[in-house]
Amino acid sequence: MTDTSAETPIAELEEMGRQIRVLVLEAVAHAGAGHIGGPLSAADILAALYFRVLRIRPDEPDWEDRDRFVLSKGHCAIGLYAAMARRGFFPIEELKTFDAIDSRLQGHPDMSVLPGLDMSSGSLGLGFSAALGMAMGARAMGRSYTTFALLGDGECNEGIVWEGAHVARRFGLDNLVAIIDHNRLQQFGWRGATPAERTSPYEAGELASRWAAFGWQVEEIDGHDMKAVVDALEDARDASGPVAVVALTTKGRGVSFMEGSYPWHSQVPDPVELRQALEELGMPDGILGRSGR
Amino acid sequence: MTAAVGKALRNVWAETLIELAAEDPRVVVLDGDLANSTKADLFEQAHPERFFQMGIAEQNMLGAAAGMAAVGMIPWISTFAAFAVSRALDPIRVLIAQPGLNVNVTGAYSGLLAGKTGKTHLSFDDLAVMRALGKMTVVAPGDETETRQAVRALTFDEGPSYLRLTREGSPVIFDDAYRFRIGRAVTVREGGDVTLISTGVQTARVLEAAGTLEGAGIDCLVLHVPTIKPFDTDAVAEAAARTGRVITVEEHSIVAGLGGAVAETLGALHPTRIDRIGLPDGFGESGPDDALLDKYGLSPQRVADAIEGLLQRG
Repeated sequence: MTDTSAETPIAELEEMGRQIRVLVLEAVAHAGAGHIGGPLSAADILAALYFRVLRIRPDEPDWEDRDRFVLSKGHCAIGLYAAMARRGFFPIEELKTFDAIDSRLQGHPDMSVLPGLDMSSGSLGLGFSAALGMAMGARAMGRSYTTFALLGDGECNEGIVWEGAHVARRFGLDNLVAIIDHNRLQQFGWRGATPAERTSPYEAGELASRWAAFGWQVEEIDGHDMKAVVDALEDARDASGPVAVVALTTKGRGVSFMEGSYPWHSQVPDPVELRQALEELGMPDGILGRSGR
Repeated sequence: MTAAVGKALRNVWAETLIELAAEDPRVVVLDGDLANSTKADLFEQAHPERFFQMGIAEQNMLGAAAGMAAVGMIPWISTFAAFAVSRALDPIRVLIAQPGLNVNVTGAYSGLLAGKTGKTHLSFDDLAVMRALGKMTVVAPGDETETRQAVRALTFDEGPSYLRLTREGSPVIFDDAYRFRIGRAVTVREGGDVTLISTGVQTARVLEAAGTLEGAGIDCLVLHVPTIKPFDTDAVAEAAARTGRVITVEEHSIVAGLGGAVAETLGALHPTRIDRIGLPDGFGESGPDDALLDKYGLSPQRVADAIEGLLQRG
């Protein structure tokens, strides 16, 4: 199997984004638990990474020179699992074990049980530090891989993110890329005009200026424009220092009643809601459903 | 009785890492801006390309170390025990202990003696916290020889570790024939009246106390337990069986450290009267080393007095 999917056309990546969303909804509904809003906002980024940008070998998950990927926003684990399964790291059927007892697909990523998972995460901010260490390790050992970390915008509340951003610039790490899924909601966040309206963790432009202030090259893109996502990530690989890609996204993207709705951070759809969501995504029968949900 | 003086443990730690880095390209040191205190500055001089200054940011330092271990390196951490164990506990828990990565956390300046710094810099809950953390190997060496061997053993032992060092105290307990093994306690003095169990540099003070007690007709067995986890339960149970009375002594809180481990062990394997000598529930203070050891009951004389009192009370 080839170790890169560099030829995957944009339209096919968009289709992968759609399938990741479908799998996320089905797996969370099946498990009766999990997060939805974040995985849906990150689905296009995950599709770009796993089907085009990352140099990986699903049939050789421990390949030493593979690119490293750290899902620092670990609560979006099911989005990562959907991408990995669809990419061939494990059978898609296994997504039905998400959150189940003895499953390799833990509620938050656990590298000690799932091959192909480069780092455990879940306590926010930590994964980014680990990604920094992977990039430092690559340089120290003369390896040419790139490390990508996906963070949430709410996650950037954590001080450790800025501890890491500081030293990454100081070390001039040109092999580290931080992608911020700027979906403009966190679990609860600060109150807006009414209790039901929650404000974005950061104002427009605020995250980009913060990363820039820490000496990072910053690119702000539409995180649902697949070509923009791919171009930004591929450019970031070739940059001369650490790069932050601030991807403007919508929490719950692709399902009308989930978009921009903070309770869908971790709400489980009932059968009617699941049916409606899958219809809106154009796959009313789902993917897991075909094999007997 | 005046004990022999060896090298400071922090110097031995740095010297050993310098040797190991020359042997193995995976060995690196990450510093939290304390290298000229922990002696990691010696490592920077010897291997500048393998030394990473992470600034005053302990959480990120531990997180980055986990990332380095995940890609095949063997990181050692240079900071004070208080800042590693308390400030950076979450990355140690989530990124190091849970995945079982080979990151070796050094808690320099542990215990009561941290250079007149006061309670913010003292650490006497580190053994309790680290031993409660799954998968952690926890070692508190007693002297130069043991420190040298422990650093080497932990480097090549897969999985996470916490190495407890101290700023002060450079006793000599072992000669070159000694062989440290992870998880193995060692009898450093034979005796029949009471078993004294200690760890780290406190063992040298306990040996001195045992010498004093000999003059009072009390024959002490001294068991040195450098590895707090995994705990040598067989050795502890056997020593308890030989004397029928156990007193633990540690430069650590009496809560959940060595004394706790001994109590847990003997409660199941050999129920025995156990008394614990150590720091009381609290936080300590700044002051000269001798005054601190005396006030908090850890000097050889205070330990001897306490043991004698305990045995007299029956």
